[in-house]
Amino acid sequence: MTVARWLNPCLLFACLLALFAACLLGSTSLPAERVVAALLGQAEHGEHIVVWSIRLPRALAAFLVGAALGLSGAALQGLLRNPLAEPGVLGVSATASLAATTTLYYGLAAYSAWVLPIAAITGALLATAFLAIAAVRTQSVVTLILIGVGLSSFAGAAMSLILNLAPNPFSLSDMVNWMLGSVANRSFTDIGLVFPFILLGAVILLTTRRGLSALTLGEEAANGIGLNLQRQRIYTVLGAGLATGASVALAGVIGFVGIVAPHLIRPLVGYDPARSLIPSALLSGLILVLADIGVRLIPTSSELKLGVVAALIGAPVFVWIAMQRRAGHE
Amino acid sequence: MSELIASALTRRVRDTTLIENASFKLSQGELVVLLGPNGSGKTSLIQTSLGLSAPTAGRAILDDHDTRYMSPIKRAKTLAYLPQMRPLAWPGYVYDVVALGRFAHGVTLGKLGSEDAAAVERALTDCDLTALARRQVHTLSGGELARMHCARAFVAQTPLLIADEPTAALDPRHQFRIMDLIAAYVRDGGGALVVLHDVQLAARYASRLIWMQRGCIVADGPPDETLDADRLRQIYGVDASVDGKLVTIDGVAG
Repeated sequence: MTVARWLNPCLLFACLLALFAACLLGSTSLPAERVVAALLGQAEHGEHIVVWSIRLPRALAAFLVGAALGLSGAALQGLLRNPLAEPGVLGVSATASLAATTTLYYGLAAYSAWVLPIAAITGALLATAFLAIAAVRTQSVVTLILIGVGLSSFAGAAMSLILNLAPNPFSLSDMVNWMLGSVANRSFTDIGLVFPFILLGAVILLTTRRGLSALTLGEEAANGIGLNLQRQRIYTVLGAGLATGASVALAGVIGFVGIVAPHLIRPLVGYDPARSLIPSALLSGLILVLADIGVRLIPTSSELKLGVVAALIGAPVFVWIAMQRRAGHE
Repeated sequence: MSELIASALTRRVRDTTLIENASFKLSQGELVVLLGPNGSGKTSLIQTSLGLSAPTAGRAILDDHDTRYMSPIKRAKTLAYLPQMRPLAWPGYVYDVVALGRFAHGVTLGKLGSEDAAAVERALTDCDLTALARRQVHTLSGGELARMHCARAFVAQTPLLIADEPTAALDPRHQFRIMDLIAAYVRDGGGALVVLHDVQLAARYASRLIWMQRGCIVADGPPDETLDADRLRQIYGVDASVDGKLVTIDGVAG
């Protein structure tokens, strides 16, 4: 009980510390007092730019993307009653990314800054809705994951096709950035374009989270105790689709965070999906901010992509969780 | 007084008729046992009368509302439903699972109001679960799990209860324990419809028996009127002798 009470404040504090650290550290690290001065707008011009235009937006983008994915992951796991459900694994991120790259390929993204985020969100919503329908039809957790893998592979293949046909090296490198996932060079304008969607998705998921607790009992029993299944599915799909799509629009595909964080949080909140949402979001945000600091500090000839690092850490954890599942469980 | 009245319910899925023209009534103060062989449509009858699956014809009325169009919350406040037991998705705590029984009353896990908390405590005590309240569900035995699900149904404090095979896979002692709990609920004024496969258990506890065969209700009445050797031969295809509440099944009918 006490753990549960202190969980969110502790995580929030850790997130703020990590964001502050992200402003300190980098190719040239700034002392803490100069960062504070810069944050308060009392520093010299160069440092002001470094903090406000480079490091802070980048760190905030990492946090937002992580929080959106952690929240969506925890909510989808609650809806589908499966610890392996996650936007990345289920192919939601890949579909969103496919939709986004398609707008890049056809040059549609040039018409308005909103085209790309809306395309990514539409892709994510379509994929999530498709999965929710498949989940109702199959009732089998394993089949659902396989459908997600299929969806993911299909979107990946379509992306490869687009890369194959890419008209010039510039659009090619643009698209590769999407597939690998990164928050480098993000500005407050980029964040502002997707933030409303992430916020809307989060509000939908959080206001309907109580139903996820009910789903612990299985769909029939959940309906028996008074849950409107149809409505719960629609809201969770909508919320997760909005948040995931917006995160893909901001940073491309970053997989597995949405599995790792909820898995760590669950034992601390009595395995209640509803209570796992907020801490999972905070922890995912924290993980991505820290991972992005790592990406910036590791001396490699060309910078590592955040999505690559996340997958390198997350994929083994995914396999480990999958192996922990008892055979015969559903 | 709350009542569930199913009239002429029929449900077909493609070419298969799951239930045909089934009518029954469940009122407070009676313990009705639904009997019938596997695949005779007992679960379909329950699901259709609760509005969980759509009837092809007929309808079910719960306190003046058609269950098909009733909001799940409203239905859950009048009738508690225990489907056949399934493993829980997460290894949560017994206390929380029981508290979920009050979902329709607006319970949020971890933040129970005083009325909800009191109802949970009472259900835990009634089902002898107080010592297990802080245990995780996957550490419970089959009998303990069955008791937890009963507590989850009782905690809603509804006038009616429908339980689908609540004694499945339990040893005799635990079967009696679960039926004692349901009988106590009925003595306190509740009305229960219970699916059982054990005819002896049904004979001992039921105030009324509903017999199903191939999707139809073939008999509905008190045990001393509807339970006899001919019925058991017709419904289950077994040779049996019935002496009051004592049922002896001798084997497959020749």
